[in-house]
Amino acid sequence: MDFAASLSLIVPELVLSVSSLVLLLAAAWMGDKASQLISTIACVVLAVCFVLVAPSVCAGVSGPDTLAFGGQFHADAFAGFAKLMIYAASGATILVAPAFFGRIGAMRAEFPVLVLLAVVGMSVMVSAGDLIAFYIGLELNSLASYVLAAFLRSDTRSSEAGLKYFVLGALASGILLFGMSLVYGFTGTTDFDGIHLALSNGLPTGAMFGLVFVLAGLAFKISAVPFHMWTPDVYEGAPTPVTTFFASAPKVASVALTARVAMEMFGSEVDAWRPIVIFAALASIIVGAVGAIGQSNIKRLLAYSSINNIGFLLIGLAAATAAGVSAMLVYLAIYVVMTVGSFVVVLMMKDENGQQIEGIADLAGLSRTRPVLAWCFMIQLFSLAGIPPLFGFWGKFVVFWAAVDAGLFALAVLGIAASVISAFYYIKIVKIMFFDEPADTIRGESDWVHWALLAICTVLISPFGFLLTAWLGNLADQAAAALFLLA
Amino acid sequence: MIGIEHYVVVSSILFVLGVLGIFLNRKNVIIILMAIELILLAVNLNLVAFSAFLHDLTGQIFAMFVLTVAAGEAAIGLAILVSYFRSRGTIAVDSVDRLKG
Repeated sequence: MDFAASLSLIVPELVLSVSSLVLLLAAAWMGDKASQLISTIACVVLAVCFVLVAPSVCAGVSGPDTLAFGGQFHADAFAGFAKLMIYAASGATILVAPAFFGRIGAMRAEFPVLVLLAVVGMSVMVSAGDLIAFYIGLELNSLASYVLAAFLRSDTRSSEAGLKYFVLGALASGILLFGMSLVYGFTGTTDFDGIHLALSNGLPTGAMFGLVFVLAGLAFKISAVPFHMWTPDVYEGAPTPVTTFFASAPKVASVALTARVAMEMFGSEVDAWRPIVIFAALASIIVGAVGAIGQSNIKRLLAYSSINNIGFLLIGLAAATAAGVSAMLVYLAIYVVMTVGSFVVVLMMKDENGQQIEGIADLAGLSRTRPVLAWCFMIQLFSLAGIPPLFGFWGKFVVFWAAVDAGLFALAVLGIAASVISAFYYIKIVKIMFFDEPADTIRGESDWVHWALLAICTVLISPFGFLLTAWLGNLADQAAAALFLLA
Repeated sequence: MIGIEHYVVVSSILFVLGVLGIFLNRKNVIIILMAIELILLAVNLNLVAFSAFLHDLTGQIFAMFVLTVAAGEAAIGLAILVSYFRSRGTIAVDSVDRLKG
């Protein structure tokens, strides 16, 4: 494949990186008063990239024609599917941010630029076909994320979240990198397909260590137990639009990358990594469910909820079949919608001065003071819990179905049992909203953008979402098939 | 004769020292930054040793990328640390405890 053909495969990434650099110059030149303009342009750029990637996902492209730069970059349907979710979630982040930062006078023109740079990193992550591309994509995303977490410079909690995220994130990158160096040393190549071939004759002990280290580093990025300890602190301390971002787009990118690493790079070593993934899945579901119970801060609670959801995603991965990966992608798409919806509700929790509120106790009696908001939040929470008429149920259903199909009955049964525990705290919030005496602290008016996004998310995960199941399942099947060409 | 296993043992020791440096240090966040650099340098040693051993240049190119990213990472880490110091007035590790639960 010649250079021009390779370039044509990375057009979305080129558009993103060039426009983020141009916008960075514009931000430096025009200052913070241009932040609205820059946010709008950033959203348009993301929409353009969405349109550029969509055809490859609909056509389900895979195989040698999608490999750019000698296999370093895979522009296949799997990467495309993840990119669509990443672009949509990042666009939502940029849309909700101005109302939040504008009120406290902290809206800066760099915000959309940092989000765009993180998106470039995530695009490279999900398309990586080589350890170097993998590392560069991951670091580009992480470095932008560290800055985003510490974005409210005057706020102690935001700085602390940034500091914690940086220290633990750098440690995770170090562990990941050490694993990569061992994998490289014991297989002699950094190419995913090459590593797959080199390992198909057996797994040397050194490469086994490498596998464990790489998975540990990735587990940190997706906040799977036992590497989840940063999640509640960072989600609570970071500004809410940034938390919305952390819980959606980078999760998609890291989970997709984990699936690609597990299936493409270590595809011949399923028996070696499956116990690790199963342990992480069950531990995440249980810790996510139990840890959330005593929380009084809604962002902290949603952090545990995201740990819990990662567990269900890993069940799909543990199946190690095309059906399992497809189920994981369906779950991921539904999860992104539910997460953005719930965090938009958190963004709308404001007192009469417009001050942000984060206490769960403040939600008391919301059904009487703000009925529309309460009903929307209830739908999001029930969907996160996986209660049937809502779309969240479908995600859990396909994941468990794939696990049972792959013969993992014990995992499916334990997962379903543990999901009951997590239903407890979602229902507890619904009880607080609908049956407690009104606290009447949430009085602030919300931006129309927030209402519009909340309406979209609520309609998508309402029972109407089931109209999409055939279409979504089809796209996910095609995308997952792209990972199983070597097998 | 120094073989590849000597390099791997040294880099593993450096790596473990770096990880311990992050977890055992209770005094200063700057020491954590130094420990992170130590981890990345351990990885570089590994990559270059493997690269020489395998007669394959990829490892050295990888090490160059790691060095570049490490510089960026240190810059961002120090920037976040400065912003943290401005709002709290201290960078003692034990003071990083506002977020708990």
